[in-house]
Amino acid sequence: MPGKIHVQTTINGASTEFLCEARQSLLEVLRDVLEMTGTKEGCNDGNCGACSVIVDGRVVDSCLVLGVEAQGKKITTIEGVASPDKLHPVQQAFLENAALQCGICTPGFIVASKALLEKEPNADEGRIRHWLAGNLCRCTGYDKIVRAVMDAGQRMKAKR
Amino acid sequence: MAEKGPKARCLAGGTDILVQLRGGRFQIDRLLDVKNVAELNELSYSPKDGLTLGAAVPCYRIYEDKTVQKMYPGLADSASLIGGTQIQGRASVGGNLCNSSPSGDAIPTLIAHGVTCVIAGPKGQRTVPVEEFCTGPGRNVLQPGELLVSMKFPSPARNSGANYLRFIPRNEMDIAVAGVGAWVQLDASKRKVASARIGLAAVGPTPIFAREAGKFLEGKEASQSNVEEVAEMAKKAAKPIDDMRGTTKQRVHLVGVLTKRALTKAIERAKEG
Repeated sequence: MPGKIHVQTTINGASTEFLCEARQSLLEVLRDVLEMTGTKEGCNDGNCGACSVIVDGRVVDSCLVLGVEAQGKKITTIEGVASPDKLHPVQQAFLENAALQCGICTPGFIVASKALLEKEPNADEGRIRHWLAGNLCRCTGYDKIVRAVMDAGQRMKAKR
Repeated sequence: MAEKGPKARCLAGGTDILVQLRGGRFQIDRLLDVKNVAELNELSYSPKDGLTLGAAVPCYRIYEDKTVQKMYPGLADSASLIGGTQIQGRASVGGNLCNSSPSGDAIPTLIAHGVTCVIAGPKGQRTVPVEEFCTGPGRNVLQPGELLVSMKFPSPARNSGANYLRFIPRNEMDIAVAGVGAWVQLDASKRKVASARIGLAAVGPTPIFAREAGKFLEGKEASQSNVEEVAEMAKKAAKPIDDMRGTTKQRVHLVGVLTKRALTKAIERAKEG
């Protein structure tokens, strides 16, 4: 087994260093090395989106990114979505619209929705459903999720 | 790559290879991240040389590119329906080709556009027409130590258009039961077809270049009845199997329907262009 690799990256605005094996995914690094367990493991093969994080502005499945690929990147996880004193509008809208049941898919949905709404707060229902096609909710509460995302878009627009 | 031969593989978006490695489909000693190699990240266009698409360019960069949207809409079609948002943030068209799945959604488009693959290896560079790239399910012409550098799209001919369509039972995020890429060039009158190419997905051990079907249209009217004739010829070129995604009969039928629709859309785009 070769030695661990030193990686320097930025997570939720904070300069972060970690050691990982070449084979470890970013998801494993986040959860097992950095103990940031907000990002969830669902399928671990790129179908369910529960592990969604934002890397250099693009939402990706962290199970399909290697930890070593984080070198020099800017990463946002669910832990970086709220500000210290207040929930993000997407989180607030999920709460108020009861857009979660068991909650496992929720961090992924929130991260993916935030990435969309920051660029397109006016995204319509079709656009939102298309954008979130890579996020699965096995409780199948999609309608409330989509309504919450539309609501969040209006909140973010009002704040601009 | 040269040092490790078959024990080395490239990492671009990783959306296929990381899953395959984890599943134990093959054992390797070295995974090379090629995303920082300039040539593999190139997405550039010139009227003389056409489009150069680096093998590691992710889907989102392709379909968000204004030149691609305007001049290679078939490529934008394919890049925007591979996986969902998260996959498109990583997965590349070059990776889709090198994964060499018969159902790869980008490959019929590459075939329809008459793309040339640029391959680099220990013995230097060589080029391969994309219809000869895949040799079987998950197999291709890349030799140990070689890698795909880029795909060269010819400069769009006057009055040309393209389209890719696939059938899946879900709305998004699924593997094609059948897919068809069509490219067509009309003559100056925009009524007759100067040249046409059809590529098929998921209906054979490799993506298929339905050469005869495209050739049939040359010099003929871009009419409904001729399009239907091409669809029948494309059905003959399809050699599908029965599996969990669809039966042979359904797939052959789908090739007919999708060829008609993709070709009609390509003709429409060619008339607009």
